[in-house]
Amino acid sequence: MEERIRARGLTPGYEGRAVSGPVDFVLRRGDWLAVLGENGAGKTTLLRTVLGLLPPVAGCLETPGLVPGQLGWLPQQTAVQRDMPASVWEVALSGRQGRRGWRPFYGREDRAAAARALEQVGMAGFARRRFRELSGGQRQRVLLARALCAGDQLLLLDEPVTGLDSQAAAGMYRLLAELNRQGTAIFMISHDLAGARQYASHVLYLGAQTSFFGTRAEYENWKGENAWA
Amino acid sequence: MGLMQTLALYWQYPFVRSALAVGVLIALCASLLGVPLVLRRFSFIGDGLSHAAFGAMAVASVLNLAGEMPFVLGVTVVCAVLLLRAGQNASLRGDAATAMLSVGAMAVGYLLMNLFGTSANLSGDVCATPFGATSILTLTAGEVWLSAALALGITAVFALFYHRIFAVTFDEDFARAAGVGAKACNLLLAVSAAVVIVLAMNLVGSLLVTGLVVFPALAAMRVCGSFGGVTLCAALFAVGCAAAGILIAVVAGTPVGSTIVAVEIAVWGLFWLAGKRRRA
Repeated sequence: MEERIRARGLTPGYEGRAVSGPVDFVLRRGDWLAVLGENGAGKTTLLRTVLGLLPPVAGCLETPGLVPGQLGWLPQQTAVQRDMPASVWEVALSGRQGRRGWRPFYGREDRAAAARALEQVGMAGFARRRFRELSGGQRQRVLLARALCAGDQLLLLDEPVTGLDSQAAAGMYRLLAELNRQGTAIFMISHDLAGARQYASHVLYLGAQTSFFGTRAEYENWKGENAWA
Repeated sequence: MGLMQTLALYWQYPFVRSALAVGVLIALCASLLGVPLVLRRFSFIGDGLSHAAFGAMAVASVLNLAGEMPFVLGVTVVCAVLLLRAGQNASLRGDAATAMLSVGAMAVGYLLMNLFGTSANLSGDVCATPFGATSILTLTAGEVWLSAALALGITAVFALFYHRIFAVTFDEDFARAAGVGAKACNLLLAVSAAVVIVLAMNLVGSLLVTGLVVFPALAAMRVCGSFGGVTLCAALFAVGCAAAGILIAVVAGTPVGSTIVAVEIAVWGLFWLAGKRRRA
């Protein structure tokens, strides 16, 4: 099963009101889709529609072979409450909660998956540390581990490097590139055009009226000079 | 008589043993629920719900309802669900809604009791309810078993839903996307809070319920860094302070509710100092 997401005429919006025009795209195993567009173009709304948090206003969306609880989502750095007590381990492990169904406790495979995810993101030694005491880049990596625990076949990233210093951002991209190389499909909303240019295989551009989907080369053809400006 | 002998003497009385058992269990489940409630800025829900329960009790006594407890429980559960749903995102709405419920129920309840109440010592009754007077020391056997069973039930439910509660409290959006059942979890939290608060009103009275819910969580969060650690620490804190408070109250003849909360304040102070040293 090569395809991860198939969208046809997908129109994201709230309460029957569309936020952007209809969108068509396909995301396959090993693809890296950069979702670009102006602020307010509806990128996050589209992401939430793919996640199943919002019903689409129109169109259809298929995630063949994937279950909602198994989509790896790295949300924008939402303000986790300052006094929320949580260890790195607890945060990462919570990614497995979607697979538990009615079972109340985590099993051995869950713990093994969490340990593996923390190692993949380079935070293996931090398991006992408090989440809120980490730096921004470290927190992003732990949240990425949580996303991987939820599902490692498809990662949905909302501005993964915004707010990170250049070293942390580079580290994050390297991580994502390695995962992508191993077959994880990536759906990445980003304002970091340089990073998108370097790593993306496909581009989905959301404009006010028009949208475009194609490979990176096709996008550069279509957008012309301003492609990565 | 030495302290140990005094305690041994009092231990012989069944009402002391019952009070300890029920008090400790109620304090335990109030503290467990207190952790997610405090983190979601619902520290005052104890106040709001206990006042709603007071209002319900006033209505029940005016209407001469046969079964007071189920009615009070029902009204409180409904209020809890409404409150938690109202305050879901905006913390402002949460505390404003709680304030409205709190003062409204008290005012209406007091008014009803004045207009239709048949008691001679009305202000004494009204005062006794908020402060719990000595009702935990005068529980019937049936009440003891019921309270203990409910408290144990809530603790068991909390244990079963523990990981879900963590996921929803840490990041509700993510939990919802993962299909964790955030709505069901919130509903469960609301219903459990209502039950615990109605139970706790018997222990410490409606005014002091907030103490049972809030102090253990705050003390634990000062010192522990993981959710599991905080939960365990809050539970131990609550059990210890409740036991100590009840014993002191029985021996010294002080009101049970205020004594427990006074003990909690003192121990919370120690935790606060310990937390300060940790950060230094």
